[in-house]
Amino acid sequence: MATYTLRAKRRRSALRTVAFLSPWLIGFGVFFAYPLVSTVYFSLMRYDGFGTPAFRGLDNWAYVFQDYPMFWPALRNTLWLVLVMVTCRVVFGLGVGLLITKIRTGVGVFRTLFYLPYLAPPVAATLAFVFLLNPGTGPVNSVLDGLGLPAPGWFTDPAWSKPALTALALWGVGDLMVIFMAALLDVPKEQYEAAELDGASAWQRFRYVTLPNISPIVMFAVVTGVIQTMQYYTQPLVAGKVASGVIGGSGQQFEPGYPDKSTLTLPQLVYNLGFQRFDYGSACVVALVLFALAMAFTALLMRRRGGLIQAGD
Amino acid sequence: MPGKSRKVISSMSRRSAAALAASASLALLATACTGSSEAGANDDPNARTTITFWHGWSAPAEVKAIQANVDAFEKAHPNITVKVVGNINDDKLNQALRAGGSNGPDVVSSFTTSNVGKFCSSGAFLDLKPFIEKSKLDLGKLIPKPMLDYTQFEGTRCALPLLGDAYGLYYNKDAFEKAGITSPPKTWSEFAEVAMKLTKTKGDGYEQLGFMPTYHGYETVVDHYMSQWDHAYFDQDGKSNIAKDPAFAEMFTYQKKLVDDLGGFAKLEKYRNTFGDEWGAEHPFHTGQVAMQLDGEWRLGMAQDAGADFEIGTAPLPVADDEVDEYGKGFLSGTIIGIAPRSEKQNAAWELVRYLTTDTAAVVSFANAIHNVPSTFEALKSPDLKVDAGFKTFLDIAQNPHSNTPPASVNGSTYQTTLQDFGFQYESGKATDLKAGLEKTAEQIDTDIEQAK
Repeated sequence: MATYTLRAKRRRSALRTVAFLSPWLIGFGVFFAYPLVSTVYFSLMRYDGFGTPAFRGLDNWAYVFQDYPMFWPALRNTLWLVLVMVTCRVVFGLGVGLLITKIRTGVGVFRTLFYLPYLAPPVAATLAFVFLLNPGTGPVNSVLDGLGLPAPGWFTDPAWSKPALTALALWGVGDLMVIFMAALLDVPKEQYEAAELDGASAWQRFRYVTLPNISPIVMFAVVTGVIQTMQYYTQPLVAGKVASGVIGGSGQQFEPGYPDKSTLTLPQLVYNLGFQRFDYGSACVVALVLFALAMAFTALLMRRRGGLIQAGD
Repeated sequence: MPGKSRKVISSMSRRSAAALAASASLALLATACTGSSEAGANDDPNARTTITFWHGWSAPAEVKAIQANVDAFEKAHPNITVKVVGNINDDKLNQALRAGGSNGPDVVSSFTTSNVGKFCSSGAFLDLKPFIEKSKLDLGKLIPKPMLDYTQFEGTRCALPLLGDAYGLYYNKDAFEKAGITSPPKTWSEFAEVAMKLTKTKGDGYEQLGFMPTYHGYETVVDHYMSQWDHAYFDQDGKSNIAKDPAFAEMFTYQKKLVDDLGGFAKLEKYRNTFGDEWGAEHPFHTGQVAMQLDGEWRLGMAQDAGADFEIGTAPLPVADDEVDEYGKGFLSGTIIGIAPRSEKQNAAWELVRYLTTDTAAVVSFANAIHNVPSTFEALKSPDLKVDAGFKTFLDIAQNPHSNTPPASVNGSTYQTTLQDFGFQYESGKATDLKAGLEKTAEQIDTDIEQAK
């Protein structure tokens, strides 16, 4: 009798737990598990949105990895952007945050000035940058020419197109500035005072007081930055289209990733294969590669972060 | 305690971040991979109904012109109301055709002639044969053959032409006169000489460029150039022929030499970056930055509207030196129109398609309004068609038996994009071995087509 009661209690408890978890479970199933299973399924199929999907085995995988000429350049570009652009954004965002917290007067004005670009719509911001950095008529190159400095081709030069996109990302660093400012203002002042009493230099105070205190926020910025960069689509596409001179019209052909595939990113391939060629199978392969990369980066960063926290503690 | 709480936060944020990463990636996948459904209808075309018509025109004058035609249709068919949606490109169109639904389109149109193969083979556009037979239309007597060819794929007629585009040469008559050139060039050799004569350098740039030859020079794309050489993109087995047909190597060699002779790729690219938008008033031909332009028939009206302060000449594009007898031909394309396969009002939709594509008054008024080439024999010889000397050039090109357009393919314009990509490499000097490059490109085209089947 006692066993029966215990079992009933456990069952009720389990049911209650499931009931409380059900909103999350439903969300997880509908928005994560089902799409994941579907994506794996379609990656093995020939399907163009009409008719019935036909099994194709690993042909789509072989096509993407061996025969699709845009895959490897897009993967290289995406990794470049993840490593360089994310790093630059975090460092720059932290730098601006530090600067703003040190300023005594006009904090509100500077905060607004640095935050405003983040509010600009991505298409408008990219258009503005392409015009500013236009090698023929842009003011930036006019100034560089005037100073006798070399004027790069920016969005028209494969060597400079990704640095130009990075400059655009740094211009819109307002989101990171705000969260870093909040984190920096939250560091206990007594820790700085104790470090000063111990004779710590400015760099040592930053390394041994500031950084450990804000490391969860740094990690948050890096992880979300990596995820955002994995989905980087609008800015490189718009920059490539506008700089190449093709902005639409009578069925014109656009050079994907202009110039010379240097602005191709993996999400552009998902769009190209899925919504322009209607080769859903290959699009799903690229999407799964993105998924695996995002997971791998996140796992790697989480492991690294464990070490950083312990050092800080 | 701070350390402990940080570890709790750390553990939570770790899980959250992992979940966020996974969800964000999969959000992308979820949109790419969806299911399908079938539809079809035997609606009564005489019943009172509302159909939706999607088109790509966006300029106010064009939107007004198509609306006027739709108004005339509604007057002739008082039981059918047409809801018109403009500014639709192929990406939006393709997605809507697959999604279906009550808000989807019934009648659809596209500017991308080269996508007809994809539209017809995938079933994205409904096969019009039963409707054409029911209406007893003899298309061969109604519509010029090149236009009939580019609106079907391997025997499936899934579209009809709704006006056409013919490409030719625009030239600045004032600049020609100043340079002592008396007539437009007829062969590519003459063209290169004329382009050089018209080019005036200024510092490390140009005061006036005879012609912008690069593949990014708006309409100077590979398939437009190729139309002036006798060529075949595919052999009889449907395999890419670009490495075997010498016309392709000739064209690439000619274009590359023209790029080099006019100043080189880097210099031309820098100058190109000073050009205004192709569809705006600051187009380089309007502003006098280039003296010649390869373009469609619409450029004449656009240049006049932009207030170009020189006399504009039009002519067919030059042809290969050994093909002078074919001078007068040009590249053809045009707007295509069809019916969404998931429309439940297909008979009513057909009434609109038939009216817009075969009613002489409708075709003529629309052609007059947007300066396009009419797509029926009756409209081409209609006394109501406004024809000035400049526009007549394009009407002649449209009717020239040698005028051509790239063949439709199961993967749409992908093979042209692949060839164009090689063109970018070759003109910039990144690819130097033309033969090997064309062979590799041909292999890629065959692989892509196989993947699309």
